[in-house]
Parts: sequence; structure tokens; C-alpha cells
Amino acid sequence: MNERSSTLVPFEDALTRYEPVMGLEVHVELNTATKMFCGCATAFGAEPNTQVCPVCLGLPGALPVVNEKAVESAIRIGLALNCEIAEWCRFARKNYFYPDMPKNFQTSQYDEPIAFDGWTEVEVDGEIFRIEIERAHMEEDTGKSLHVGGSTGRIHGASHSLLDYNRAGIPLIEIVTKPIEVPGDKAPAVARAYVNHLRDLMLALGVSDARMDQGSLRADVNLSLRPSGTTTFGTRSETKNVNSFRSVERAVRFEVSRHAGILDAGGSVVQETRHFHESDGSTSAGREKSDAEDYRYFPEPDLAPVAPSRAWVDELRATLPEPPAERRKRLQSEWGFSDLDMRDTVGAGALDLVAATIEAGASPAAAKKWWLGELARRSNEQGVDIAALPITPQQVAEIQSLIDAGRINDKLARSVFDGVLAGEGSAEEVVAARGLEVVSDDGALSAAVDQAIADNPDVADKIRGGKMQAAGALIGAVMKQMRGQADAARVRELILEKLS
Amino acid sequence: MSIDVTTATAAALAEALADGTTTSTEVTQSYLDRIAGADDQLNAFLHVDAEGALATARAVDARREAGEQLATLAGVPIAVKDLIVTTGQPTTAGSKMLEGWVPPYDATVVTRLREAGLPILGKTNLDEFAMGSSNEHSAYGSARNPWDTTRIPGGSSGGSAAAVAAYEAPLALGTDTGGSIRQPAAMTGIVGVKPTYGGVSRHGVIAMASSLDQVGPMARTVLDAALVHELVAGHDPLDSTSIERPVPAVVEAARRGDVAGLRIGVVRELGGEGFQPGVRAAFDRSVELLVKAGAEVVEVSCPHFSHGIAAYYLVMPSEVSSNLARFDAMRYGLRVMPHDGASAEQVMAASRDAGFGDEVKRRIVLGTYALSSGYYDAYYGSAQKVRTLIARDFEAAFEQVDVLVSPTAPTTAWKLGAKSDDPLSMYLEDVATIPANLAGVPGLSLPVGLADDSGLPVGVQFLAPAMADDRLYNAAAALERLVDMPRLEEIK
Repeated sequence: MNERSSTLVPFEDALTRYEPVMGLEVHVELNTATKMFCGCATAFGAEPNTQVCPVCLGLPGALPVVNEKAVESAIRIGLALNCEIAEWCRFARKNYFYPDMPKNFQTSQYDEPIAFDGWTEVEVDGEIFRIEIERAHMEEDTGKSLHVGGSTGRIHGASHSLLDYNRAGIPLIEIVTKPIEVPGDKAPAVARAYVNHLRDLMLALGVSDARMDQGSLRADVNLSLRPSGTTTFGTRSETKNVNSFRSVERAVRFEVSRHAGILDAGGSVVQETRHFHESDGSTSAGREKSDAEDYRYFPEPDLAPVAPSRAWVDELRATLPEPPAERRKRLQSEWGFSDLDMRDTVGAGALDLVAATIEAGASPAAAKKWWLGELARRSNEQGVDIAALPITPQQVAEIQSLIDAGRINDKLARSVFDGVLAGEGSAEEVVAARGLEVVSDDGALSAAVDQAIADNPDVADKIRGGKMQAAGALIGAVMKQMRGQADAARVRELILEKLS
Repeated sequence: MSIDVTTATAAALAEALADGTTTSTEVTQSYLDRIAGADDQLNAFLHVDAEGALATARAVDARREAGEQLATLAGVPIAVKDLIVTTGQPTTAGSKMLEGWVPPYDATVVTRLREAGLPILGKTNLDEFAMGSSNEHSAYGSARNPWDTTRIPGGSSGGSAAAVAAYEAPLALGTDTGGSIRQPAAMTGIVGVKPTYGGVSRHGVIAMASSLDQVGPMARTVLDAALVHELVAGHDPLDSTSIERPVPAVVEAARRGDVAGLRIGVVRELGGEGFQPGVRAAFDRSVELLVKAGAEVVEVSCPHFSHGIAAYYLVMPSEVSSNLARFDAMRYGLRVMPHDGASAEQVMAASRDAGFGDEVKRRIVLGTYALSSGYYDAYYGSAQKVRTLIARDFEAAFEQVDVLVSPTAPTTAWKLGAKSDDPLSMYLEDVATIPANLAGVPGLSLPVGLADDSGLPVGVQFLAPAMADDRLYNAAAALERLVDMPRLEEIK
């Protein structure tokens, strides 16, 4: 076996002799209410075999009927990827036997995809890479096999298998790139950025939950190496179901190292599917792809061709959201962010949160300050996604509005965040319940200022002598007395009044 | 007025039920008695549902008693080919693979029968998964031809044909993929119609070849067939290939039966070499009768019909190989464990080996081969081109004439076993019926008498353009009045 006889070559070393060529196949599970060819529900996590009917169970005599909403989503995805939309296309049957596939053929599309010849762009370290899209086609998902009794959860060693057909027939869109030829050192990051970009796009379109952890976005990574400076593609491997953005990057790195090891040893890469292992980022051989795998595709005779009218396609084109890259450019200029600000915001996964906070009335600077500072810190500490923090952009904007109105200051705001995150209610409610409002009552403040002047005669003299910047020390003393709950601006005014 | 309920036409029964001369319970019971008395000889039924049929009959009688407005055929019993799924009764497709399987849903055509109040007498015998022209490929033994029980009733809807011909049922549903309604109708001396493809829902009809299958009526008269046709036809949202257009006025056409001035084309390619002289002669007599009735008869050529069988035996098995893949012992049907600890793949293989008969396996293998990578273009691809050419032949012919006419089958019913060892000669039986399936146009077989040489029934086939099914009924009704078709007096 090649795997045993060859060693892994360090990634950077491999790139001195070889160039990787990638192809990415991404399956997107649509979030339609019903399945691709029947009226069954599609909710994730239901009891096994409770969302099934004669059609998705493949009972004798049952016939499929196309879900129009799924076709609509497919067309919108195609348009968002700058694809041509077929004027007429058919489904095809992909024939192979597997117990989790009720009809023993998958209704898919073969040589007539609904969308084809598109492109999109991804950004890595400020550099734009154009990814050519071969096609986006419609198909149905299979059921799930649960292999019981083995140690690995795989079929090998299992005593029996359980089948759940809830997922059978859920609409999928498979998006296939043309070969991606980018500088080798960028390849892992480009692959990751592309899958991330597709996730953003699906969410912006509202066509899928696009959650890699739940399998509603699944990536297969095809990779081959060729000697640097040559043009013929090498033999590829296909790493299946790589289920996180980070894993996409790792899978590319691992396969480059593995292929290089085989090629260096004078071996040849076997065309096969491979499994990715999250634990150590390695891949292992799955089934070999050979001529034996003949899917005997032919046009699905039970379904009428799909012929979207140009008027409908134009209508759908008008519903497209702004492309993510263009939106980022627009927001950056509207907000006056530097490239670094923008990269930090996107990197923190806070773009939509910042945008919504600004929309709710906060200034761009304030929105950025809170999300990338206070809230990013808390999400890191708790190890949760920033979007998963129990606070809304509207609440953040409300806290900022209290600051702007002089009712709390930045220091008090941190306590307000604590309260809101702890579920104590709205910012207003937290301020009231925790007694956080700054004191701007001149009576109380005036007494505190007098006390501070008395306690710090040297400082008072300096101010009297015109050293206005010394006022800071007195303000600090007042704030200490007031336990932070003083309106700093008013304190400054009072100090200057009293000492002028 | 009294009526012999088992020999009466469905139209006459409907009238007698409407005017209170008889009741559905009485009619249904009479047919059940007839089945009990005759089916030992015929094996036309795989399952008889006396209880269910009588329950429907009593319900219809009660509704009629209460003065409810009922469907024309309410209370008239019907038999259903066992390829069409029914709740409350097993559906086997004539295969060991589905022995004992009771579907959890009704086919759309069955729903329509139920809604209209037709008691369903039972499920009729067929070649396994509708694959055959003789009924000999049924896993439950062949049905017999009531004109001569040593002979085949035709197939694959042979059980439905035998049941209707032998007065075990006034009406039946069959399915027709390459002639499976029309050929057994011809063999047993009854009327059988394959409607326009998409004219009748296929939802719940176990698929043999999806692009060719069609459900249709089998009856003793043209009008009876039309009444069933009208009832089951029409768009079904559960079948994407069903046509969203009004059902042709078939009942009105069957009542009209007027060929004066009608242009009728005799297909030159169907009826010459390979056709039995007795069939040929009966056909010629029919054409003369049509001329006498005022039809303008001309000969037309459909040059690509000669490639029909070759194309059919590529398209049909290809679709069969895929449609029958679902029978894998995982969810329903026969399951064979070859040994302890067998893998899913081994269970599938053992179950399919035990569950499918030879003809089914033959077609699965043919189709698997025809769709294989590297052969697809030469086989499936070429066959699809032939389909297009045959459809163009029809289009050209229908520019010259209103309907086409030919013998339905090249021979009359043969002896059981006579062609069992020669699949190819059996395949040739479908030469005249296959073009209609390949092109999606409707066809009707009308009994026109007994062959001079064999003394057995001969059928004449009418063909019309898609969605002009009414033309078939009009022309056939006219000829029906003129021919000398004797009644089957007793099962021989």
C-alpha cells in the first residue's frame, strides 16, 4: 500500500516541487419546509422515521413531484454564483445499491444541471481569488445508516445497522468548482475561504441553515499534485464530508503532504475517496473509485423537465441579496473603517452584529468598540461564538445611547453588559435595578468636588495656576468618592467653576 | 324488468341500479358467486375481497336509498390488476417478491373508484411485474383463457381480461406498457384501451417502465370501457407526468359511433408477414365493414414501426432495471438471509435472486447492460431516437387520417407453454401495440369475431393522436355494431 510505504512530506517542502490543484464539491441542504419530491417535513433532529411517506420511502408505485420552492432556491443560488440558468433541464437517476437509499437510485441531475458556468470571488489576506463554478445541480439526500455494535461507528465491525429515512429526500444543491489553481501556499486558506464564503452566501440568500456541524453544509475536497511548472493534472483523491472550515484547510494540507510522499517515492496516487479524521487532521482510504462504479445515469422518466421561464429567473434575480464581498466594501466605506478594522470585524465573525448595532442607532466606532472589545473578550473567555452571546445588537445600541445621553459612563457600561448578559432585562432595567445611573445632581456633586479640592490642595493650586490638564486627578478623586457613578463632564465643569 | 346481472353490460347495470331494478349488493354477490364457481378453472384472481366489495355495495345501496346523487358507475363492481396498489388488500405485482404485502396507500385510480362507489371485487393475475404477453410469468400460476382453458389469456393484464371475458367482473383495470391491455383484450374477445400517456394517473401503479406504463379500462363493450375511462382519467397532482387538460369526451364518442366521412389509415407495416391468416382475414373483413359504414380508408406507411420492438426492448428493460432496484428486502417484501451474519449486500442479492422470476431477471440484466457506461449512447440513446422517429411517423400519418387501424396482435391465443422457451417469439407478439407506447398515443382493441383458422377471438386495434382518445371510442363503437362477435356461452 502506498499509505504504508511512503511518508508524509512537510507541506512547505512539498510546495518546492509540486503544485496542488483543487476541486471543491459542496452540498447545501436547503431549508425548504418540505422534501424535494414529497410533502414530508424536513426538521432536523426528529425521531427516526417519523418524517416519511410512500414517496421518500420508495414504496412500490410512489411517484416524485418536484418541490417548486427547491427549484427557486437552486436558481437563486445559481444566480448568486453568477451562473447561467438552464432554460430546460431534467433530473436523472444515479443508480447504485445502498440500504439508506430507498429506491436504490438517487434522483439527481447529470448532464443537464439547473445552473452552470459561474464564478465567485474569495478574499485571503486582502488578496482576491476568483473561483470558477462548473455547475450547481439539484438532488435529493439519502437516509442515514447507524452502524451498531462496532467500536468505530463505521460499518466495519458492526453487528447490525439501523436506518433512518427522515433525511431521505431532503433537497440538496451540489455546487462544483472547476479546477482551482492558486499558489500552493495559499491553497489551504483559499479552500477554507471558499467554503466559508458559500456559507455566508447561503445565509444571505436565506436558502439553508448552512451549518457544517449539522451536515447542512458538507464539503468534499478533491486534490491532486503535479510537478511545478507542468500543466497536466495528476491523479486526484476525494476527501469526503469534511465538516468544519478548519478541517477543509487541514484536509488540503494533509493531502498535499501525502500525495507528495507517494510521488517522491516514485509511487502513483490511487484515485479513491478518503475519510477525514478530525482528531489528527489525517485522511484514510475509503472505497476505491474505479470503472466498477458505473451509476448508469439516465433521464428520470417520472419527472417532467424543469423549464424556468426567463421572466421567473429575472424575478428571482431581483430578490438576490447584495453579494457578501460587495457588501463588505460598501459597509467599510460607509463606516469609515480601515482595512484592518474591517478584517478584524470580519475575522471576529461580528460583521452582521456590528451592522445591526449601527442600524439600531450606535455610531460605527462605538459598535466596533463594544463588539470587538468587551464582547469579543467575553466570547473568548466563554468559548462561545460571538453571535451566540445572549445579547442583541439592539441592546448594545441601547447601552451606547445611555452613554451618549450621559446617564452612564464607559465604566458603568461594563456592569450594564454584565446585567444584560445575565438576563436581568433591558439596559434600562439593569441600570435601574443595579443603581448604576451616574449622579448629575449638582448638590451631591458639588459637595464631592469641594471635598476633593480640600483633600488635594496642591492639585487645586496647579489648576488655579492655569494647568487645566491637572483637573483629571481631581475628577478621579470625585469619581472614587461617588463609586464611579458621577457624570465626569459635569464634575469637570464644577471643578473649573470653583477654581477659576 | 329483470336483468341477468352477470352478463349485462356495465352501462345496463348502472341503469338498472339507478332505477332500482337491482341493488349493488345483489350484483356484487352475483359476481362473487361467479368468481367462486369459475375461478378454479381460470385463476384470474390472485385475491378476492368479498367482504370489502360487499361493504362498498351496501354503502352505495344505502346512499341511493337515501336519495343521494351518485356517480354513473356507483355500485357496479370492478376488478383491479394486482399491479395497482390498494389498502386493505394485498398487492403482489404477480411476484414472490411482494407476497403478502399490503400497501399503506391507495393508487389514485383506486381512490377514484372508491369515491365513485365501485365495489372492488379483487386483484387480478398478471405476468410478474407486468412482464410478459401470456400470463405464464405470474409467480402464482397463469390465468387461463375462458375460450379455451388450455390457452393463454394474453398478458400481462391476462387476469383482468379473463375475468371480464368470463363474466367474473363487468369491468376491470389493466395496465399497458407495450400492449398489456390491448393484447389480452384481443385474446379474450373483450375491449381494452391504453389511454394517451399522461391521461390517467400512474401514482400507485407499480412501475415497470415509467415512460411507457399507462392504466386503462377493460370491458365487454366500447361504452363500458368509456365509462371507466372517464372515471379514472384526468390530471393528478401526485403524478408529474399526468396531463393538465380536460379528459377527452370518450363517453359521448362511444355513444355516437359514427364513421361516415372519417378518414381511417391502414398501417402498411402492421399486418403483413408474421400475421396469422385467420387474424388477417378477420381484420380485412373489419376494414370492409368500416368502408361500408362510410369511412374513407387509405393505406398509410409508418416506416419506423419496424424498429419498434428493438427500441422497446432497450428502453423498457433500462427503466425496469432502475425501477425494480427498490425491491431489496430492506423495507418491505421478501427477505432471504443467506447465512448468519450476512451483510446487507448479501441479503439484497439473495432476496432478489429468490424473489424475482426468470423473465424479470432477464429484463433487469438487459437494462443494466444497456445503461452501462460506454453502451448508453449505442443502446438507450439510439432507442430514444427511434422513439422520436416513431412519434414523427404518427404525426405524419395523422396529417392524412383521423385514426389508424391494424390487427391488435399477430396471432390468436396460443397453447400454454407453446412459447415459453422462446422469449423472442413472445416479444414479437407486441409488434403492433408497442408503437403507441413508444409515442405516447392512445390505442384501443375491439373484438371483431373469431378467426377462421383457430376459432378464437381476434382484436382490431385503433390508434389516435395524443389526447384524441375520443376518436378511438367513436370509431370502435361504429365497428362494434357491425361485427359478428359471438358471446362466450361457457368456459371451455
